[in-house]
Amino acid sequence: MLGNIHQAFLGIWHHKLRSFLTMLGIIIGIAAIITIVSTIKGTNDQIKENLIGSGNNVVVVSLHQGDYQMDLSEGQNLADVSVITEETRQRLEELDGVVAVALFRQRQWNAQVYYRGTEYNGYTYGIDEHYFPVYGYHLCYGRDFQPEDRDENRKVAVLDAQAVSSIFPGENAVGKTLEIKGEPFTVIGVVERSSKFRPVIESMQDYYMYADDSSGSVFLTEQGWEIAFGYDEPQNAAVKAESTDAMTTAGKSVADHLSAKQIRNSKENNLSYKSEDLLQQAEQLQTMSDSTNKLLIWIAAISLLVGGIGVMNIMLVSVSERTHEIGLKKALGAKRRRILGQFLTEASVLTSLGGLLGILGGIGLAKLLSKAMDTPTAISVPAIIVAAAFSIMIGLIFGLLPATKAARMNPIDALRRD
Amino acid sequence: MILKMDNICKSYFRGKNEVPVLHDICLSVEKGDYLAIMGPSGSGKTTLMNILGCLDKPSSGVYRLEGENVAAKKDNALAELRNKYIGFVFQSFYLMPSMSALDNVALPLMYAGVPKKERLERAREALRGVGLAERMKFLPNQLSGGQCQRVAIARAMAGRPALLLADEPTGALDTASGEQIMDLFDEINARGSTIIMITHEPAIAARAKTVCHIRDGRLSVPGEEVR
Ligand SMILES: Nc1ncnc2c1ncn2[C@@H]1O[C@H](COP(=O)(O)OP(=O)(O)OP(=O)(O)O)[C@@H](O)[C@H]1O
Ligand SMILES: [Mg+2]
Repeated sequence: MLGNIHQAFLGIWHHKLRSFLTMLGIIIGIAAIITIVSTIKGTNDQIKENLIGSGNNVVVVSLHQGDYQMDLSEGQNLADVSVITEETRQRLEELDGVVAVALFRQRQWNAQVYYRGTEYNGYTYGIDEHYFPVYGYHLCYGRDFQPEDRDENRKVAVLDAQAVSSIFPGENAVGKTLEIKGEPFTVIGVVERSSKFRPVIESMQDYYMYADDSSGSVFLTEQGWEIAFGYDEPQNAAVKAESTDAMTTAGKSVADHLSAKQIRNSKENNLSYKSEDLLQQAEQLQTMSDSTNKLLIWIAAISLLVGGIGVMNIMLVSVSERTHEIGLKKALGAKRRRILGQFLTEASVLTSLGGLLGILGGIGLAKLLSKAMDTPTAISVPAIIVAAAFSIMIGLIFGLLPATKAARMNPIDALRRD
Repeated sequence: MILKMDNICKSYFRGKNEVPVLHDICLSVEKGDYLAIMGPSGSGKTTLMNILGCLDKPSSGVYRLEGENVAAKKDNALAELRNKYIGFVFQSFYLMPSMSALDNVALPLMYAGVPKKERLERAREALRGVGLAERMKFLPNQLSGGQCQRVAIARAMAGRPALLLADEPTGALDTASGEQIMDLFDEINARGSTIIMITHEPAIAARAKTVCHIRDGRLSVPGEEVR
């Protein structure tokens, strides 16, 4: 076996150019597959990361009417929905799979945030002290909310980096005053999330909904929120789950608990708390991006098929070139299996060498592509293993016919031919 | 008795025409015999040699080699038979061009399943036997024709076969190297091996113990003409 492999390498080296040209189909096919799979995986990882928030495992539970999230932009306080107390929040944290719960209120439209007469169009949040830790925000500069800010109802705001760049481009935001619903709020600090948000599949609107955070966030304390937007508005809960897999169940149990405890006459109002199932949405997005790449995989598979036929062709040539050798070996007592093994080994060494070059080329191409087009790629180890196994298999499959032909050769015919 | 042929016939088909090449060949060879087969070109010498060497099967008749019925064997079994009982020497040597003399000689031993160390040792011994102790690592294209043929003889004898079959072993060599080869054959025969050799040249045939003639596919063995 080892001798066969050695012989195969010698043979391939002897016909360098021919072997390389033969391998080309395999190289291109495997490289294409590795590149595509790496890009798919990179994109998927990015989608998941963007949607789920890079290991933060936070799922949002919010008030829904029917299947739709309740629109609270007019500042209604709903008589049938009571405000979630600290005691309830602590109870929620004890639920299965839940690590921490933060409460917040939120506006995207109609927040009426102005700086020097220009309106700001991002999100505005009223948050409790658990919100930043739950989402993994950390302070960039200035200062975080202090207990005194809450106790003394100070009108202060913390911005994230995007909000800073959209409201105060090129300026230091700390110390500036924002006008929110006619009330002046002083910016005291700037925060940032550890994971970067970057849209990948720009054609998908769904994706935008979650990934388009470009206009940023302005954060107020709960107390500040009440000054600007009014009291007793229903809260949302940001639930940090134990693990990514626990997100769905953790979100659901918090939602069920809140629906049962906080809402009166939920039937008539058709009100309930629901958790957005990000994991499920991420999977849906992934299957969508997968299917767009299925076509490419097919093209790569056809290239492999063509490559395999090329290998078969060159192996047939090799067999007829070596009729003497085969005839002699058979005359000296080589059995069919041995001849078969020799040519199968040669074919699969040829294709696995092609596969190896293809894998290296594919990794290189994926890296290059991610540099040039600024798309993420993730090298998939299983894909590499499958590609390697596949290229050996192509050699075995397409080498079988030539090898069988060689093994069945009649020694006298083989010896006679000059 | 090493081998016995009874009424061996061989014909080839050219399209639908049956072309008979060998007719009713009867031949018995005892251990230690040294046979030369002579005949004009196209008379069927190589065809007979192929059948004797279990490379080809007769169309009819019975051929027994060391008691085994050759006609009944399949491809793989024939390979085993050749490996075990027969050493071949061809007119144009047929060495593996990419292998050293030593590896060429060791090749049939590999097919016989001899472990590597032993097979190299036996190959070295066989090469020493043909006077090529100094040239074991040489490739065939670094050797002269006579040396190549001696490597081929070493390869044929390394497996200690009962029968050495040679098809015009001196055909591609000058007289001097041909003489050396014939001396080797004498030596091999003197050590008890059986040899069947095909040749055109009467001077070469004269070195054998028995000379048979083949003409139009009919073999005449001296002393048996009467039959
Ligand atoms: N495979 C074959 N198919 C058809 N005819 C064949 C085949 N092999 C040999 N023959 C014929 O059989 C006859 C004998 O051939 P063979 O090779 O045995 O002759 P030879 O005595 O060895 O001749 P030479 O001395 O030239 O080597 C020839 O007429 C040849 O054409
Ligand atoms: Mg001949």
